[in-house]
Amino acid sequence: MAAQVIGELLITAGVILLLFVAWQLWWTNVQSNAKQDQAVEEFFADLGEAPVADDPVDEPPTSSPDQVPVLEAKAAGETFAVIYIPRFGDSYTRPVTSGVTTAVLDNLGLGHYPETGMPGAVGNFALAGHRQTNGAVLDNIHTLVPGDRIYVQTQDGYYSYVYRNTQIVLPDRTDVLAPVPTQPGVEPEERILTLTSCNPRFGAQERIIAYAVMESFQSLEDGPPEEIAAQVAEVAEGAA
Amino acid sequence: MYAFIFRHLPGPLWLRIIWAILLITAALAVLVSWVFPWLSQFSPLTDSTIGT
Repeated sequence: MAAQVIGELLITAGVILLLFVAWQLWWTNVQSNAKQDQAVEEFFADLGEAPVADDPVDEPPTSSPDQVPVLEAKAAGETFAVIYIPRFGDSYTRPVTSGVTTAVLDNLGLGHYPETGMPGAVGNFALAGHRQTNGAVLDNIHTLVPGDRIYVQTQDGYYSYVYRNTQIVLPDRTDVLAPVPTQPGVEPEERILTLTSCNPRFGAQERIIAYAVMESFQSLEDGPPEEIAAQVAEVAEGAA
Repeated sequence: MYAFIFRHLPGPLWLRIIWAILLITAALAVLVSWVFPWLSQFSPLTDSTIGT
């Protein structure tokens, strides 16, 4: 009798562990994706009608650096941008929220390191996101190819960044967040976008860091860059 | 153990089956709502930030 009870308890423990794996790797993604979709919808609702431009401009206007608007720092937990990364699929539309606490990363995907700059600012605009679980927003970070575009949309317009390189570092390397990544104290000249996630996939012994450099800016009135025009229109329609 | 519990649920067979489903659902709800979120803090998969 006792042996049977112990056996049944052990089986139960095994089933619960399997359930935990399924919950962690699958269900947290379902939950987080739903919250992120909602955050994107709210972001678009706040924008109003402005972003829905039917004919995107073919040539992005080359804006001189001092014309690029830069958002003010946001309160923790506020979603202030939406990011599009065509390399991750044409439905990759993710919110960007201030803060890198678990509350932000587990629910809303990409979090902005509050001590780093905002999109378009000279220096480093750094984001963190999960490689696995809770939306797995940066699962494909290793598939980026130099030249890939990363688009950041704020209430002001579209910032186009060009992916440059990836670096794999140990988790304590906070210098990747410096205005000039890995060179703390150096005066920045470029506008960098930094993505950080865990590495390897399904592990966390290291961090994978992807850097992109800003190439151009288009205001909302100019319409989205051609590569993401259809995607933006679709999202805006879904939010309307 | 589970056979013992099942035998001691009240009512006819169909009612005991419903009881069993309810109990399993309740156990799952407790796991998903409290146990798993707590357990996930020990999962290395959720460390994505630098410097923590």
